[in-house]
Amino acid sequence: MRAAKGMRLTYLTLMGVAFFTALPLYFSIVVASRDNAALAQVPPPLIPGANFFENIARVFETVPFALAMLNSVIVSGSIAVAVMFFSTLAGFAFAKLRFRGRNALLLITVGTMMVPSLLGMIPLYMLMVKLEWTGSIYALIVPGLVNAFGVFFMTQYLSRALPTELLEAGRVDGCTTWGLVWHVVFPAARPAAAVLGMLTFMNAWNDYMWPLLVLTPENPTVQVALSTLAAGYVNDYVMGLAGTALGTLPLVIVFALLGKHIIGGIMQGAVKG
Amino acid sequence: MATRAPDRPTAPPRPAGKRRRFNGRHWRYQADVKGSPYAYVTPFFLLFCAFGLFPLLYTAWVSLHEWTLLQDEHPFVGLDNFTAVVQDSYFWNATFNTLSIGILSTAPQLLLAIWLAHLLNRPLRSQTLFRVTLLLPNVTSVVAVVVIFGQIFGRDFGLLNWVLSLFGAGEIDWRAGTGTSHIAISTMIMWRWTGYNALILLAAMQAVPRELYEAATIDGASNMTQLRKITIPMIRPTIIFVVITSTIGAMQIFAEPLLFGAYSVTGGQDRQYQTLALFIYENFTRLDFGYASAISWMMFLFIIVIAGINFLLTSRTKGDLR
Repeated sequence: MRAAKGMRLTYLTLMGVAFFTALPLYFSIVVASRDNAALAQVPPPLIPGANFFENIARVFETVPFALAMLNSVIVSGSIAVAVMFFSTLAGFAFAKLRFRGRNALLLITVGTMMVPSLLGMIPLYMLMVKLEWTGSIYALIVPGLVNAFGVFFMTQYLSRALPTELLEAGRVDGCTTWGLVWHVVFPAARPAAAVLGMLTFMNAWNDYMWPLLVLTPENPTVQVALSTLAAGYVNDYVMGLAGTALGTLPLVIVFALLGKHIIGGIMQGAVKG
Repeated sequence: MATRAPDRPTAPPRPAGKRRRFNGRHWRYQADVKGSPYAYVTPFFLLFCAFGLFPLLYTAWVSLHEWTLLQDEHPFVGLDNFTAVVQDSYFWNATFNTLSIGILSTAPQLLLAIWLAHLLNRPLRSQTLFRVTLLLPNVTSVVAVVVIFGQIFGRDFGLLNWVLSLFGAGEIDWRAGTGTSHIAISTMIMWRWTGYNALILLAAMQAVPRELYEAATIDGASNMTQLRKITIPMIRPTIIFVVITSTIGAMQIFAEPLLFGAYSVTGGQDRQYQTLALFIYENFTRLDFGYASAISWMMFLFIIVIAGINFLLTSRTKGDLR
């Protein structure tokens, strides 16, 4: 009896939390589909209106949003693919191959995960100036091609999920190391690499400070374009939130479809951390 | 060929013969085994050193120079930048704001996350739905979060002020005050990160052996007691991990204050919510790279100290099974 009551309370609490989690998102949709006059009313509107597409059109007139979307897709996509590839290779070497300096290199990699990225941002910017990449998306892609977390993540996964016997057997069969990578490691790494790819894509898509530093408002990513909207048209909440909804939508859809795997990945990666 | 690897006994005969054929083949095999690990690590390390490690270390070098982007000469000035930072009242203002926002956002967030994870760590229906909802804010970008909450915390047409007015409260200008702006910014951070941290803690909780709880239930320990005396001590490493990553994150708060103030690099007119990261950015936009680098190093120092204190606190207080 007491247990049943406890469970009901748990559900109620969780539903309350879920409500407050979803509320800001819901309200942003409401605002994005209204016009600015409706916002000034008391009480404020609580159900969506009919102006969403009108507002979206204004977003496209105000900032180069199509270009921003394209840039974000290219940047996030190429970074995700590269991180998956390089992290799997390095993770395999760290997890299963023996070589001199392995522990030291792994220690350096993991150690820098704890260092705030802000610390290196100024020299990185100077480097981009030297390479004349400022204002172009190269400045986002190239530094993003590898990261320490990816290598750590794949090393963790492969040392658990890749049986050493399988590798030995492959060797005995006359496989070169590259043959092993191709026929054994890549297939075994696929589930974790997919999760890593999704996480990397999300992070790259949502990254703000670095794109703000190196890009211009004329050639932005989605986040930079959104911040131009938010900063330049402070009182035009309707347009700002319409842009926000549009820029967030792709990720929310991906997340709604693959959320289970992403959550699984986050939780897996965390236990060992 | 590797696909039939598990049945090992059948495999050896053929390659045994192969390997005995010395010379080129054997040498190539040796080179492969010895060399290929480096080949797989090298692409990562080349890029990582150039764009990850080198900038980190180079910041220290830049911070010792009078370095602006406009001049070609960068005279060495020793620790002058650092002494200037320490005497800069704006720096200490930014430090105070960062700490205040950091504490306001991390402490309640951690308690809430532990409690949420505890609730989710039960046989619930629609478990996935709850988890996905909780992680939804984390998928939303920081920029989007600030835009959304910027409306909610608006002075004139804000949702929150309307709700408060129902209870007879007057209009609050959230951006104007130090306390109110810190509360608003902390709310954004909490909203975005609580669910994420709850899931990480949940993952750790699921690894706690069920028998412990069963035994405690038989002994008549209440739910709260079980949380305090079993769960929290058992997942202490993960709590420490969450505390430290949250600390590192909180020290770098940047987009929230910048966009909450509609792109004010000073964090409001009286710098009432300028964080350290924003202060670095302010000096960056003035192209004073030497000074900005010195602030970055001071920030890093703070992170190490605070993470260390947090580490000691979390490993102490939760350590003894009171």
